[in-house]
Amino acid sequence: MKLVVNGQPHEVDVPADMPLLWVLRDILGLTGTKFGCGLAQCGACTVHLDGQAIRSCVMPAVAATGKSVTTIEGLSKDGSHPVQRAWQELDVVQCGYCQSGQIMSASALIAQKPAPSDADIDAAMAGNLCRCGTYQRIRGAVHRAAELASKEGGHVA
Amino acid sequence: MWREGMQLPGSLQSTAATPSGLTRRAFVKSAAAGLVVACFVPHAARRAFAAEPAAGAKAPVSPNAFIRIAPDDSVTILLKHSEMGQGVWTSLPMVVAEELGCDWNRVRVEHAPAAPEYAHTAFGMQMTGGSTSTWESFDQLRTAGAMARELLVAAAAAKLGAKPADCRVDNGHVVHGKRRIRYGEVAEAAAKLPMPAGVTLKEPKDWTLIGKPTRRLDSKAKTTGTAEFGIDVKRPDMAVALVARAPVFGAKLKTFDATKAKAVAGVLDVVEVPSGVAVLGTHFWAAKQGRDALVLEWDEGAFAQASTASLREEYRKLAATPGATAKAAGDAEAALKGAKDVIEAEYEVPFLAHAPMEPLNCTVAIGADGCDVWTGTQFQSVDQMNVAKALGIEPGQVRIHTTFLGGGFGRRANPASDFIVEAALVAKAAKRTVKVIWTREDDIHGGYYRPMWLSRLRATLGPDGKPVAWAHTLVGQSILAGTPFEPMMVRDGVDATSVEGAADSPYLVAIPVHRVDLHSPKSPVTVLWWRSVGHSHTGFVVESFIDELAHAAKQDPLEYRRALLPKDARERRALDLAAEKFGWGKPLPQGHAAGIAVHQSFGSYVAQVAEVSVEDGKVRVHRVVCAIDCGPVVNPLTVEAQMQSGIVYGLSAALHGELTLKNGRVEQNNFNDYVALRLPEMPKVEVHIVPSTDRMGGCGEPGTPPIAPAVGNALFALAGKRLRSLPFRMV
Repeated sequence: MKLVVNGQPHEVDVPADMPLLWVLRDILGLTGTKFGCGLAQCGACTVHLDGQAIRSCVMPAVAATGKSVTTIEGLSKDGSHPVQRAWQELDVVQCGYCQSGQIMSASALIAQKPAPSDADIDAAMAGNLCRCGTYQRIRGAVHRAAELASKEGGHVA
Repeated sequence: MWREGMQLPGSLQSTAATPSGLTRRAFVKSAAAGLVVACFVPHAARRAFAAEPAAGAKAPVSPNAFIRIAPDDSVTILLKHSEMGQGVWTSLPMVVAEELGCDWNRVRVEHAPAAPEYAHTAFGMQMTGGSTSTWESFDQLRTAGAMARELLVAAAAAKLGAKPADCRVDNGHVVHGKRRIRYGEVAEAAAKLPMPAGVTLKEPKDWTLIGKPTRRLDSKAKTTGTAEFGIDVKRPDMAVALVARAPVFGAKLKTFDATKAKAVAGVLDVVEVPSGVAVLGTHFWAAKQGRDALVLEWDEGAFAQASTASLREEYRKLAATPGATAKAAGDAEAALKGAKDVIEAEYEVPFLAHAPMEPLNCTVAIGADGCDVWTGTQFQSVDQMNVAKALGIEPGQVRIHTTFLGGGFGRRANPASDFIVEAALVAKAAKRTVKVIWTREDDIHGGYYRPMWLSRLRATLGPDGKPVAWAHTLVGQSILAGTPFEPMMVRDGVDATSVEGAADSPYLVAIPVHRVDLHSPKSPVTVLWWRSVGHSHTGFVVESFIDELAHAAKQDPLEYRRALLPKDARERRALDLAAEKFGWGKPLPQGHAAGIAVHQSFGSYVAQVAEVSVEDGKVRVHRVVCAIDCGPVVNPLTVEAQMQSGIVYGLSAALHGELTLKNGRVEQNNFNDYVALRLPEMPKVEVHIVPSTDRMGGCGEPGTPPIAPAVGNALFALAGKRLRSLPFRMV
């Protein structure tokens, strides 16, 4: 099947029901997207499908054909996306394992709601678990990312 | 999880004496272009700012290598502890850099290999746990930094024809008058100089990095998806394996049929190992499909009849009888028997999985000269020995490559090295390089839980409302029984980790007659240290029961605690700061109430005030004010993050976390039914640090114990209902 990931076309020979997560990680070597539950419960596997945050652990890869997949590796070339910069500025990460997913959820949110409220953040980020407990800094960093993005006036998807 | 005096037994320690992979000589050789510092730290087992040396700990005398300086001035610090979110990747290099005087922006960090140089100064083995990393290496790393600085100064002075005493260091340069030499220019020459006989460490007033809020050095890697965790490891010709393990604790495999599994596209092999049946595939999905297709028959054994209810019944019977004495003064039974009013309560906490976000995994490649292990582990020395034993090779032939850990919380410090030994045995059986990955269900079902605990407490109060007699009987499985640590840490039937926080409760000092005793029933359910270990239950029980006594005495819970604690108790400083910052006693919004708790663990004193309400029968925690006295602070950002982290971990357990057994099986499966706190439930957490020059404590675990009792005490203040089991349920 044909996939477009981070702007690059790929042809992969995998079972149709193989989740997108494992195609990204084990076939394409894009290990920034993480496995946490396999059940769309933790959000560690969050990627963008045509700009929407989705859980790649339950999405058959075949459902991504003809669409554009963006992973943490494709969010920016150098960690300069406003969400990534806000995360660094507010020292959000701890173990870091969930953070690719958190950042992909946050960046999809900001792309759709440039000035999210606390309630918007709660709704958009509720699906991303963090066992280290970085939630308070995540909240702050989403607001900060929105601020950075609006100052710079660029689109952030 | 760890205690002072808790060392790897000598028999095990000696086997760790063969360095794995990298000897000091190899270090010096491999860094020929730059400076490598190796140093002896004679007083390394001393806790920073300690009044007395760590009990029973022998100072290791093997050299430690921590610093490499390259000609381009980059400084690489080899981190002997595992970064699992707690921030050692940043805070420990700060300690080195403080003395080294290098440019902080040029500091890089790498996990050290498994080698004797990196042994814990108090425990004699390489490991990360027990909230010990900062205090155990504080002197050692400052000394290493200072020695490197002295060597660089000596080399630069020689080059300049100056006296070392006339030189100083400034941000990665040696300065003599107006002349400046970059560290990178003299690193190679410095490496050839003899070690300085002694070094003078900076006075705390001269610190420029230690104590300064400093952002993490692993942030970039962890926000760009480039940080390598164990699960990301890829080796040539590597297979991915999943293991089908026993569905019931203690069950034995009778037979299995792999025909269908082998027919799955991408399945490479199916092998039996002691823990079950491994299916190897070209990738995770193939191995998973293959495992799902296995037909397995188990002899489930006697435990298939067990349930949480049956364990509770057994524990209750035991709690009615005296257990092994952990602490006693006077005759508590007699005092209680003769008392008019006895306050009695039973507390219970469930089995809990650590459930780190990164599922367990381990990659093993076995070669002619030993084996390579890539994994996120807290327990390098123990893993080396366990893998060596399993494969019939020497510990020094087990080369451990520590990756970032996607959370540890104690699960990745296993005396049996369960997930690592298993991967080694799969690699051996399949005769190929393999990465074993656990699914979340495997993790939830896989044992090594925080034990289920039942506590029975009784007390009687004097005329002033203070307790005059106190009896606490604990019932729960021993973590250390059956491990190599049992001989040291289980004495007279008491596992020290079972009663910590209860037998040494500071309140007992003021209670003339008391007794704390312990029953340690056995079961096939494997148990392990879970963030804050014994304190995870004793903190809840003691701080809730004290609150009960305060209310029975009709006294303010804060003042009641203050009156029981010695005047100079560090608990009181933490309590006072938390109460002041919260505004204890001031009116709260309608429908809100506050609860307070304080608990010492791992050398740090943490008080928390929680503000709660109940909405539609659900507990809502709005705000937590936390105060910690952990002694001198290296990085305030680390302390703040770790307090928030400990609170979230403890709140997850207080509000949601529970594993229950039925027919010998764990009933929960994944994050849908083993529930953890999510962002919308996150309270506003304020962290305040008590200015302190007292003995340095830890930060990884002490934030966890006070939160459950603070919330429970607030719920009592709100609704007048005492909740004595976790997770809290209002109905």
